[in-house]
Amino acid sequence: MEFFRVKKDIPFMKYRKISAVVSTAIFILSVFFIFFRGLNLGVDFTGGTMMEVSYPEAANIENIRETLRDIDLEDTQVQNFGTEEDVLIRLPIRKDLSIAELSEKVADALKLKNSLMEVRRVESVGSQVGDELYENGALAVLFVCIGIMLYLTVRFEWRFAIAAIVANMHDVIIILGFFAFFQWEFNLTVLAAVLAVLGYSVNESVVVFDRVRENFRKMRKANVAEVINNAITRTMSRTIMTHLSTQTVVISMLIFGGEILHNFALALTIGILFGIYSSIMVGCPMAMWLGTNQNNLAIPTPEKKQENLEL
Amino acid sequence: MNQSAPWKYLLILTTILLSILFVMPNFYGESPAIQIMPIKSGEKIDTSLLQSIEEVLGKSKIENTGLILENFHIKVKFKTAEEQLKAKSIIQKALGDEYVVALNLIPNSPKWLSDIGPLPMYLGLDLRGGVHFLMQVDLTKALEKTTASYLSEFRKELRKGKIGYYDATKNNDIMQIKFKSKSELKKGKNIIRDINNNFDFQEIFVNDEIILKVIISEKTKKSITEFAIKQNLETLNNRVNELGVAEPLIQQQGLDRIVIQLPGVQDTAKAKEILGRTATLEMRMVNEDNFNSDIFREGNEDQIPVNSEIFPDRFGTGILVKKQVILTGERITNAGPGVDQQTGQSIVSITLDGKGASIFKQVTRDNIGKRMALLLIEKNLTEIVTAPVINGEIGGGRVQITGMSNAQEATDIALLLRAGSLAAPMEIIEERTVGPSMGKDNISRGIKSTIWGFIAIVIMMAIYYMVFGVISVVTLSVNLLFLVALLSALQATLTLPGLAAIALTLGMAIDANVLINERIRDEIRNGNTPQASIHMGYKMAWGTILDSNITTMIAGLALFMFGSGPIKGFAVVHVLGILTSMYSAIFVSRAIVNYIYGNKRQISKLSIGEIFKVDNN
Repeated sequence: MEFFRVKKDIPFMKYRKISAVVSTAIFILSVFFIFFRGLNLGVDFTGGTMMEVSYPEAANIENIRETLRDIDLEDTQVQNFGTEEDVLIRLPIRKDLSIAELSEKVADALKLKNSLMEVRRVESVGSQVGDELYENGALAVLFVCIGIMLYLTVRFEWRFAIAAIVANMHDVIIILGFFAFFQWEFNLTVLAAVLAVLGYSVNESVVVFDRVRENFRKMRKANVAEVINNAITRTMSRTIMTHLSTQTVVISMLIFGGEILHNFALALTIGILFGIYSSIMVGCPMAMWLGTNQNNLAIPTPEKKQENLEL
Repeated sequence: MNQSAPWKYLLILTTILLSILFVMPNFYGESPAIQIMPIKSGEKIDTSLLQSIEEVLGKSKIENTGLILENFHIKVKFKTAEEQLKAKSIIQKALGDEYVVALNLIPNSPKWLSDIGPLPMYLGLDLRGGVHFLMQVDLTKALEKTTASYLSEFRKELRKGKIGYYDATKNNDIMQIKFKSKSELKKGKNIIRDINNNFDFQEIFVNDEIILKVIISEKTKKSITEFAIKQNLETLNNRVNELGVAEPLIQQQGLDRIVIQLPGVQDTAKAKEILGRTATLEMRMVNEDNFNSDIFREGNEDQIPVNSEIFPDRFGTGILVKKQVILTGERITNAGPGVDQQTGQSIVSITLDGKGASIFKQVTRDNIGKRMALLLIEKNLTEIVTAPVINGEIGGGRVQITGMSNAQEATDIALLLRAGSLAAPMEIIEERTVGPSMGKDNISRGIKSTIWGFIAIVIMMAIYYMVFGVISVVTLSVNLLFLVALLSALQATLTLPGLAAIALTLGMAIDANVLINERIRDEIRNGNTPQASIHMGYKMAWGTILDSNITTMIAGLALFMFGSGPIKGFAVVHVLGILTSMYSAIFVSRAIVNYIYGNKRQISKLSIGEIFKVDNN
């Protein structure tokens, strides 16, 4: 079986103007949503308390809300979580109650109404810790970007490094854009997925760039666009197989992973899909636009010498 | 060309066998068990305790599946969790307060296996259930406390040296002493220097006032805060012991934080209460010179002398006590409830350490006939437990505290004092609790995701790459084996995101195989012989695999460094997965391919799926 039975290289670079418009549009739209809708940050980042409780039968959400009002807890969010029996309760930070006391208070009140209620999970984060987790998350993203750029600069050249990072950030911003648009909860686990996508998506760029470098050595007469087109076309089969495998696992996670892994898998799915697109239609045109050619590759090639002679 | 050196086969076989050994305990699972240990950690246990436990269990007809005597504890295995819970309460009742009976899980590995040492993977709290607390230690309070005790020492020494001073006060951690003359200041400074050489001094002369500012040096401050954290850790250790948790984790994090993880703890309310207690004990003299309870009941605060404070006793009456602290709870080495022989009242008897005993002896000798107050400070609420009259000098460091309303209260206070006081107050700033049923669900979710993802990949690879696909799948299974073995061997904490990382690693590890297979196809397409294609395919793919894995590794390391909680759990598995996948894709798959094709001189075709020929250039 062979997925790509192409006789000639697909002229990807011919479409680079269209893709530039499309990418920019999606990017701007994502940024727009991130700024104007904002991310639905989980308690990991905002601070506050999240409790997952479960009942033997379908839970009565209205009753739970009432119980919480009775003990003077305002601004609470109560909703079903995955199944009818499971309920997710979110409470903001209170000045008069420590986070340790708050969850106990809620648990006691709910137990009093229905002794069969079970607390499945509590996540309470103080505001200071939330800020730190937020900061550390941003630092991690920054660190990954710098690390990857340095490595690519050494192994390839700075144009590739910039092209790869732009393609990468494109993916990350789009993931965030999706989360902002649909108001899916963004928590630490999702952040882990975003960072994994950073590493994963750059993989894709590296494989294509590797081929581009090789082609520059082999295809002496071809121009830059042809070299890139050939590299993408020749790695297409690998691209499809690898992403299909990873996506298969992620789908398995979406199906079997439960609510906690759900958003994690969603972030990965968006990351994988846009990762393919961006490494081909963002990374490569970017490298081309920055002026990548045979002469400025990190490893000196025989071709280079020949050209010098011709001059 | 395509022959692996014998040592490579040997290396691969060895690693696979070793991995199987390390993975095995995971398949035997774990049994519910209880762990019995003396409340004083480090005390040895003998067989007589083992016998009495067996007797107790025999009497109540609870079947156990094994008793294990170790140096510092006894473990008893059970078949079901119900038997485990029942046994816990029965044994606790039979053995009394001297022993901690905790719930635990014991690997079911056969004896020969557990003798060699491998353990099952260490499950994080989200998989086994339990509580995670992050506590913030208020170090400025520790500094203030130390400053206060320095100040009381200065006052004492200055008086002893007959140095004339007006008053000695403190503002946060800066002390200020007003002297009567410059020469007195000089003498006083020398005395203070003798007490401790780590102060910085500042002399201020304004408006006829002669002031000496005593500032604690940065170095001393650092050692004070370090000591405070150390003491809090120790106290928490003691308190967790009271809770009866089999494998608690109590660790300093950063400068001023402590992480506590209590696997299997279900009663979070009790855990919070015991950990969060901030009670400290102080002994101070009652200020009897100016005592007039009428004034103080009205809250007429400007009548209170500068050197004194007023606190309520058990009946709500205000008692004026001096600010100077004679002793704090840190000097208590042991405390226990008891009954006074003469009155029949409940008491708490405490034992002081050497320094505490000598201070106590001196103070009681100097103050016969006066009253000494015992203050219990809990959550900024100070209460005077009792304020007895000193009848005579008390030596030997044994002190009885009367005034307990009943035996239960005596027991509670004794426990509080025995468990130790905190050098600095703490607050829970992060809590993550996972119930036991949730933990089990999470495990099955993670495993299901991995298995079904794996099966899907197997099918896809086999169809697309035929024999080479099967080789890739075998490589992938070996990779999974290595990863689980490594996680078991390192006892790295496995969390739900970690399980997700295992699944994801499988998806990403296949990339290396895909790269190799595609390269081989490429070479065949270019008209190379099968053998040469295999050789070139691996060679050409290697660079790409390395580059892509290193970039992924950079991301993994960043996750590990900056991540906490779920992110860290993900990162550990991710990074290890990258390492094992590189090893298995390069070494193992090559060895299998070489084993199959390497010895054949003539191969007309490789079973790597249909290859579509293109006219290249």
